[in-house]
Amino acid sequence: MEQVIANGLYLGAQYALIALGLTLIFALMNVLNFAHGQMYVLGGFVTYVIYGQLGLPFVVALIASAITLAAVGAMIEIYLFRPVIRKSHREESTMLLAAAIAFFLDAVILLLFGEKQRGVPKILDGVLNWDFRIIMPYDRIAIGVLAILIIAAFILYMQYSKTGRAMRALAQDRVAAQLMGVQVDRYSMIGFAIGAMLAGVVGGLLVTITGVNSGIGGPISIKAFMMVMIGGAGVVSGAIAGGFILGMAESVGLSVFSGYGDVTYLIIFASLMVFLAIRPQGLMGKPWG
Amino acid sequence: MGIEHNSDGSSKAKPAGSSLAATSLKIVGALLFAAFVLILVPMLINGAERWDLYYTLTSVALLSIASAGVWLTFYIGRINIGQAAYALIGGYVSAILVVDYGVSFWWTLPLAGLTCAVISVFVGLPILRLRGVYFAMVTLVFTEVAKMAALALPITHGASGIANIPLPGALEIFGLTLIPDFNTLENSRYAFYILSVTLMLLCYFMMYRLVNSRMGRLCYSLQQNEELASSIGVNITYLRLVAYAISSFLGGIGGAIFAAISQSVYPSSFAVADSINFMLNCFLGGLGYVLGPMLGTFVLYFGWDWLFQTGKYQLLIFSSVLIALMLILPNGLLSIRLWGKKS
Repeated sequence: MEQVIANGLYLGAQYALIALGLTLIFALMNVLNFAHGQMYVLGGFVTYVIYGQLGLPFVVALIASAITLAAVGAMIEIYLFRPVIRKSHREESTMLLAAAIAFFLDAVILLLFGEKQRGVPKILDGVLNWDFRIIMPYDRIAIGVLAILIIAAFILYMQYSKTGRAMRALAQDRVAAQLMGVQVDRYSMIGFAIGAMLAGVVGGLLVTITGVNSGIGGPISIKAFMMVMIGGAGVVSGAIAGGFILGMAESVGLSVFSGYGDVTYLIIFASLMVFLAIRPQGLMGKPWG
Repeated sequence: MGIEHNSDGSSKAKPAGSSLAATSLKIVGALLFAAFVLILVPMLINGAERWDLYYTLTSVALLSIASAGVWLTFYIGRINIGQAAYALIGGYVSAILVVDYGVSFWWTLPLAGLTCAVISVFVGLPILRLRGVYFAMVTLVFTEVAKMAALALPITHGASGIANIPLPGALEIFGLTLIPDFNTLENSRYAFYILSVTLMLLCYFMMYRLVNSRMGRLCYSLQQNEELASSIGVNITYLRLVAYAISSFLGGIGGAIFAAISQSVYPSSFAVADSINFMLNCFLGGLGYVLGPMLGTFVLYFGWDWLFQTGKYQLLIFSSVLIALMLILPNGLLSIRLWGKKS
C-alpha cells in the first residue's frame, strides 16, 4: 500500500511537470502543442549527450536541456506559430502546424540520435528500504524531490514575478491585457519558451531513470493531454492535480489489475471519457477555456 | 428535404443566367472527373503496367472517404481526432461478421457503417456538448479506447487480430449478378479500385449536396455561433448528432473496405496517428471546401509515398514541406484559388 502511494507520488510529480508546460502554452496562446512529447524527448537526449557521453555533471546537463528547449520553443513561437495565427481564418489551423512540428522534431531526433534506447549512469546509488514497506532507489527519490521543487519554483515565479503576472493576465483575457499595456507578443514568446523548457527539464530528469528513445514522444503527448483534460485546460493548479491523479491511477491500477495486462489504461481512458462527459471543463478549468 | 428540392427546382427553372451556367459547369466537371478516375486512370495504369498504383489509389480513395467524415465534423465546428476509432470498429464489424458468421461482405459493409453511426450517437450525445480542444482531446482518447477495447475483448481475438478474411463474394439480387465474386476476377486490385473510387465519388457528391442543402446551411450556422443558432430555433443537439453520425458512418465504411483489401484487421490497424492524419488531410486541403479532404488525402498520401526514395530523410522533408505549406497557405491548398482572384 505504502509502496503504491510512493510510486504514485513519484510518477505524479513527473507527470505534473510535463502537464504544466502544456497547459501554460495552451493558456497563453490557445495552441494545443502536439509536439510536447517530442520536446520532452529532445530534452532527454541533450542530457544524455552531456551527462552520459561527455561526462559533465548532471546539473550542467539539466541546465543545458532547459536552455536548449527554451531556445527551440521561443523560435517555434516567433517563426512558426505567430505568422500562422495571424494569417489563418480558423484558429484550429495551429493544430496542423503543431502536428507538423511534432513530425519534424521526431525526424530530427531520429537522424541525430538514432532509434536505440539510450540510458545514462545512475546519479545516486543505493536503495531506500523502509521496513520492506517502501522500497525505492535513492535516485528516484532525488528526481521526485527535484521535480516537486521545480513545480514550487514555477508556481512562485508565476505568482510573484512581473513576467508571471503578465502571463496570468494574458491567460485571463488577451485583449484586456493588451489594453493594460502588456506586450502580448513578447510574453507569448516567453510563455512558449518556458513551456518547452519544462518539457525539456522533465526529459532530462527522467532519462536518468527510464532512459529515452526516439519513439516515445507521441505517447508522452497523449498522456500530457489526458492530465490537462483531467485538471482543466489552461489552469496551472489543474495541471498539477491532473498529473498527480494520473500518476496515482496508474500506480494503483497497475498493482490491482496486474494480472490483466493493459486493462489499466483501458479503464483509465474509459473513465476519463465518462468524467469529461459529466464535467467537460475538468476539475478546475473554466468552461470553454 | 422539401426545401432542398425547391432550391433544386428553382435553379433549374431560372432561365437567366449565370447560376444555371455555373451549375451545368459543375455537373460537367464532376462527370469528367468521374470518367477520368474510373476509365482513364485504369487505362493509364494498365498502359504503364504500374499495378501497385491501384493499391495506392484505392487507399487514397478510402482514406478520403473517412476524411470526408472528419471534414463534416469540422463543418459543425468540432475538431474530430477520433475517426480512426470508427474505422477500426467498422473494420472489425465487417471482419467478424464475414469470418465468424459467414455473412456476405456486401451486407457487412452497410452494417459496419450503421454500427458506427449507432455507437457514435451514444458516444456523441454526451461529448458533443464539448467544444474546441476539449472535444478534440476526448475524441483522441476515444481512439485509444477503441484500440485497447479491441485488445481486451474476446470477440476481436485480441492482439492477434483477424487475419484470414476471404475476398468479397458475388452480390446477387434475384439471381442477377450485380458484382462478380472477387475470387474469380483475375485482378482483384482493379475491382477494389473501382469499388472504392465509386464510393468516394458517391460520398463526395452526397457531401456536396448536404453542404448546399438547408441542413448544410444550418450546420454552418453551428460553426459560426451555436447559441445564436439555438436562439433562432435551430435544434443544435439533433444537428450535431446527425452530422457526427454521418461522419462516423463514413469512417466505418472506409475501415470495412480497408479490412477487406488487406484481408486482415488488427487493433493497431487504425491508431492515433491515423486519426491525426485524417485531421491533417482536412486541414491541408482546406476546411472551407468540400473537396478539400479529397485533395488533402491525395497530396499527403502521395507526397509521403513519393518521398520514400529519400530514405531516412523522408519524415524530415515531409514535415518541412508541411510546415512550409502552413506558413504560405494557412487556410489549405484550395485557398490558393481565392487568393489568386483577390490579387
